[in-house]
Amino acid sequence: MTDKTMTPEDVVARLHSGMTLGIGGWGSRRKPMALVRALLRSDITDLTVISYGGPDVGLLAAAGRIRKLVAAFATLDSIPLEPHFRAARQRGAFELMEIDEAMFMWGLHAAANRLPFLPVRAGLGSDVMRVNPGLRTVTSPYEDGETLVAVPALRMDAALVHLNRADRLGNGQYLGPDPYFDDLFCEAADRAYLSCERLVDDFAAAAPQSLLVNRHTVTGVVEAPYGAHFTSCVPDYGRDEAFQKLYATTPWPEFAERFLRGDEKSYQSAVETWHEEQT
Amino acid sequence: MSRTTTTTRAEYCVIACADAWRDNGEVLASPMGLIPSIGARLAKHTFAPDLLLTDGEATLVGLDGAPEGWLPYRRHLTMVTGGRRHVMMGASQLDRFGNQNISCIGDWQQPARQLLGVRGAPVNTLNNPVSYWVPKHSRRVFVEKVDMVSGVGYDSAAAAGPSATRYHRIPRVVSDLAVLDFETLDRAMRLASVHPGVTTEEVEAATGFPLARPDELPFTREPTATELRLIRTVLDPDGLRDREVPPA
Repeated sequence: MTDKTMTPEDVVARLHSGMTLGIGGWGSRRKPMALVRALLRSDITDLTVISYGGPDVGLLAAAGRIRKLVAAFATLDSIPLEPHFRAARQRGAFELMEIDEAMFMWGLHAAANRLPFLPVRAGLGSDVMRVNPGLRTVTSPYEDGETLVAVPALRMDAALVHLNRADRLGNGQYLGPDPYFDDLFCEAADRAYLSCERLVDDFAAAAPQSLLVNRHTVTGVVEAPYGAHFTSCVPDYGRDEAFQKLYATTPWPEFAERFLRGDEKSYQSAVETWHEEQT
Repeated sequence: MSRTTTTTRAEYCVIACADAWRDNGEVLASPMGLIPSIGARLAKHTFAPDLLLTDGEATLVGLDGAPEGWLPYRRHLTMVTGGRRHVMMGASQLDRFGNQNISCIGDWQQPARQLLGVRGAPVNTLNNPVSYWVPKHSRRVFVEKVDMVSGVGYDSAAAAGPSATRYHRIPRVVSDLAVLDFETLDRAMRLASVHPGVTTEEVEAATGFPLARPDELPFTREPTATELRLIRTVLDPDGLRDREVPPA
């Protein structure tokens, strides 16, 4: 069977400017940060990003790589407002499709199921309809005759997700309390790239319901220890709150200069050095 | 009568939040903010033992923190659309008919202040009861018209039609000054009670639109001795509630 392991650079070599990119995780939780950092080292730009937004959105926004964002929010969780997302919006840096969390989820389901849309009771009466003039409603063909919002499929060219474990074939396991929507992201994308904390030989001893992502939806697998840093990846590690605070309070050029100039290994060692300086 | 003078403003707020979940039955109480969280746990401790609570992540827990169920985001959203949930959300802006904004301040195209985004406010307000908690009652929050309707108010739901109004309900708004509701003919916000120590004039001065009021305006109820003991010794022994709402 196909060994799908690759490096973050191999993943980025398969991405291109102008594409639609889904990013898994939620807020500042289990974000594929090593893959996002690799993307930042490339020249790829003009992206349409689909995300339950966290610092993935913040980093790409600060670096000017987003043309359009599809999101219900962007947050760092313990720091409610994502500062770079916020600054980018306030300077009108990108187009936004602002939809509700549930609309977003049904958009993923529609894409995963190859449907043009799915109906939801959300958005009606809110300004989500005003700021997305392209959103349409659909009337139930049954007796109830209800009019609901037809959320369009959120189909994407590629998706990036990060899980706790994976095998070389592209099967992925989550060990934390919440799968978020990473399986749906992989199913909604033409190609999905899965980074993991640790590659394993097999899942013979795993609880089958923890095997969230199945290999037929995965194009490439990357072993990236601390690959979700500084977001959480429980139970392997929690959020690096001190470092997240640094990220949120340091002017972007200064942060990028110190932490994002080199490869993933130099990022991790720069973080380690910074932590040592704090003690 | 000594209890009237010793109950703090924050404690009246806890009571007013807890009462939002009275007679709700076996539903998920989703409090956002410290005082609503104390209120939800107080309700479960006393008059609403069947309430469900989460640990703030993906686990349903009892009052002792012991897990009793799994509620990741995907199932949480079904809890919302299934209606077996009563959330108490925050509001950066809230208007006369209960439209709420947590998205941005100013023009949406290029906001003066980007906030969280609409999050789940649109789906929440159309599907399960949504109450609001405002820790600092002011004209900045209680505005004539919100900049971006995130949570849907009564007038917006009515204008959007029967699919929007079918499960729409805003039981109450609790602030540091008062309890408000929408029990009026035109569903405009009404003063339901003021917390002891607060005058009607204070509430009106801190509200950016005219408030309806009943002929006889009650005070927010007193906590029972048991409730006060629970708040002070079990639910918030470190007095963090006074940081969210300082003593008057």
